[in-house]
Amino acid sequence: MTQTGPTTPEPLPDAPPSGAARFARFLIGRIAQAIPVLALVAVGVFVLLELAEGDAVDAYLAGIGAGDAAFSAELRERYGLGDSLGARFLTYATRLAQFDLGYSVAFSRDVGAVILERLPNTLLMMVSAILLSASMGVILGGLAALRRGGPVDAGITLGALILNATPGFWLGLLGIILFAVKLRWLPIGGLSTLDAEYGPISATLDVARHLVLPVFTLALTYLALYVRLMRGAMIDTGEALWVRAARARGVPERSVVLRHIGRPALLPVVTMIGLQSGTLLGGSVVIETVFSIPGLGSLAFEAVTQRDLPLLAGILLAGTLLVVTVNIVVDLLYGLLDPRVRLGAWETA
Amino acid sequence: MKKLSWGVGHGLSVVLVSSALLAAPALAQDAPVTGGTLVVANDTEPRNLNPAIVASNGVFFISSKIVEPLAEMDYETGLKPLLAESWEASEDGLSFTLNLRQGVTFSDGTPFTSADVAFSAMQVWKEKQNIGRQIFANLEAVDTPDDHTAVLRFSVPTPGQLIENALPAVTAVLPAHLLEGQDLDEADYNTAPIGTGPFVFTEHKPGELYRLSRNESYWQEGLPYLDQIVYRVLPDPGAKAAALETGDIHLTAFSAVPLTDMERLDAIDGISVVTGGYEGITYNITLDFNHRREELANPLVRQAIAHAIDQRFLIDVVFLGYATAATGPVPPTAEDFYTSDTASYAFEPARAEELLDEAGYPRGENGTRFSLRLRPAPWFQQTRDTGDYVRQALAAVGIDVEIVTADPGGHIQAVYTDHDFDLAVGSPVWRNDPAISTTILYQGGLAAGVPFANQWGYDSAAMNEIIARGISTLDTAERTEVYRDFQRLAQEELPILFLTHFTFISVARDEVRNVANNPRWATSSWADSWISAGQ
Repeated sequence: MTQTGPTTPEPLPDAPPSGAARFARFLIGRIAQAIPVLALVAVGVFVLLELAEGDAVDAYLAGIGAGDAAFSAELRERYGLGDSLGARFLTYATRLAQFDLGYSVAFSRDVGAVILERLPNTLLMMVSAILLSASMGVILGGLAALRRGGPVDAGITLGALILNATPGFWLGLLGIILFAVKLRWLPIGGLSTLDAEYGPISATLDVARHLVLPVFTLALTYLALYVRLMRGAMIDTGEALWVRAARARGVPERSVVLRHIGRPALLPVVTMIGLQSGTLLGGSVVIETVFSIPGLGSLAFEAVTQRDLPLLAGILLAGTLLVVTVNIVVDLLYGLLDPRVRLGAWETA
Repeated sequence: MKKLSWGVGHGLSVVLVSSALLAAPALAQDAPVTGGTLVVANDTEPRNLNPAIVASNGVFFISSKIVEPLAEMDYETGLKPLLAESWEASEDGLSFTLNLRQGVTFSDGTPFTSADVAFSAMQVWKEKQNIGRQIFANLEAVDTPDDHTAVLRFSVPTPGQLIENALPAVTAVLPAHLLEGQDLDEADYNTAPIGTGPFVFTEHKPGELYRLSRNESYWQEGLPYLDQIVYRVLPDPGAKAAALETGDIHLTAFSAVPLTDMERLDAIDGISVVTGGYEGITYNITLDFNHRREELANPLVRQAIAHAIDQRFLIDVVFLGYATAATGPVPPTAEDFYTSDTASYAFEPARAEELLDEAGYPRGENGTRFSLRLRPAPWFQQTRDTGDYVRQALAAVGIDVEIVTADPGGHIQAVYTDHDFDLAVGSPVWRNDPAISTTILYQGGLAAGVPFANQWGYDSAAMNEIIARGISTLDTAERTEVYRDFQRLAQEELPILFLTHFTFISVARDEVRNVANNPRWATSSWADSWISAGQ
């Protein structure tokens, strides 16, 4: 790794790009990479919904329970389903290319508005759950690695695996029955108390109270991943030469564990956070349903059953954007954790 | 004024399975209390809340509190006047006169007049409504001789009984002054309706709740009792049951809590299972045959299948007792029309095997006669479970059944447009008159793509003739007899097999009073429902 910065005595006018410029170039590169991904997702959504039996009108008729042939024809006309396959795809693609998400058939509203309304809920739940899961995983995994082979290690590993094998909806319902119905400590669902008149602080606390069960449910089901990753990484780095060197230098054990073993061991955990951001968005359908949280997961489910192409496309594109963004952030975090992968490496690579 | 004979018998059919209510009848008599918020569970958020355009239970559940029909069903009198005080069909069946209630205003203060009825009938019920388009197809004009008289004029003689029976479900009256000249399909009104009802639409937080508030200027003195009704979106059945226990909600309707939870919930102090209040929207479970399959076009095979299925088993196991056996397409709760004098097919597997042999389909070497693909309607647990039972029952007589599943949209297209099925389990609804949503299951010559209708490939001249007579016979007694013949022919030709009738179930906390006090309760106005404070 070349360290260009320190060897240059003073920044020259035609010096290598500054940090900001490098960062901009990195961002532009990543966004350019995301465009084909988004295009692929957009086409995929269209093809998949086209392959499914039944269209938006069929799904609507199933809900309202009656209709006649002319009624269906009028609806198809209104939903823009009367045209040929090619024409419909062209309309769809042109619209998306102009960043126009269109009009949701199932909600009779603009797709953008429907998604924006739900995005904060999903983000709040998802970010809290990932961070909680990762931090619990780091602590428990680290503990297991330090007590390798002992009863603590066995207990943590087994517990995490059992939670991992437990279906989320079941864990969620169990939580509701125990903490909401029996003990009455926590609310059964939703995001805020009905008709409560709160100030800003108590309103925030109220939302937090509502998030405890769903966030813990999500976090616990994914805990095993982080525990195993952290434990494995800690054990690996524990055998690294620099750890032996640090110990030989007489670095205090506490510092060895935290700085020389713990910090590099976080790398795979951070990678997993990036990968999980996609999974959690999908995994939240179940949790959102059980806890009655209006989020993107249940919205996507509704979009599929209603054959609502504009809405589904909008949600998947929003999800893709989210995953791409999280992964950019993860790449940046690598740099913080491990100096060897700072942005400069992008240039020399 | 003509009356339907819902009769006292229906009052008795309201079984309040509540130990608390039965043990303390005095409680039920105490004076209604004004005030309070009723919180009910809701799992659908209809894209269009306009009940005059979308006549469906999901829409009525919310909007029947806001927009009222001309009349509502009633246990004692059959039909209770609402926006119409009385009505009369002419001798020749060409007109139907409605005497409208005076002194009624919409919640925005505008008086309700015959112009609103004329507008709703001509431009909405007849043009836009999923059910009204058939019933009012021959509606030519609505005369308004004065502000409180509306005369529906038909181009062909139309039975008064049919229009009368249709009043509760298809005649929600919209405010003409707010909608005239607008694009009705896209009007903002459709997501925030305004009407003459006891409640006004207040807010919709998508994914969270709907809120309705008391209409301070409601025409019925002293009503409604409730300050607010909140529909809380709770998609998960388990979460609904938990919310009833914690008191977060007062009530679930439309069997939103699984049948298997009923016994447990009923045993909880303060919560009761209520089985009444849905007689006017009785559902049926049918086994639909695709007559394009050579085997199923044979009446002997259809009869054999009927003999192979045990209705008792369906009632006891699939419906946990919350259903009755069908003897034909009309449920016994429709006392006017119902007849039990129809061909019946008792559960006799041996007879089924004889009939199948006779039809020329003996068991093959592997014991199988032929194979069929069955599509159970995916929307109720009970339709799916019935599919599983039918598969098992037919296997016993040598018919191999493969279950094919799809989601609601896929099911509709596969069965009603593509006819891609051999057997289907359906759940058609009874809507008070055979001509509204029942005879269409037997009517020949329909275009492909009409849902919840005869897409079976069945077309019988005798049946078509009876159906035509039903909508042209003006005399009520004579018309009722036509529909008795219809039931007899339906059971004789057996183009589809009606298995059970069932109504939905509510689960309510005991502080909610006046639950299930009419045959369409969940889809009625709830003006007289109240919450008792002394619990």
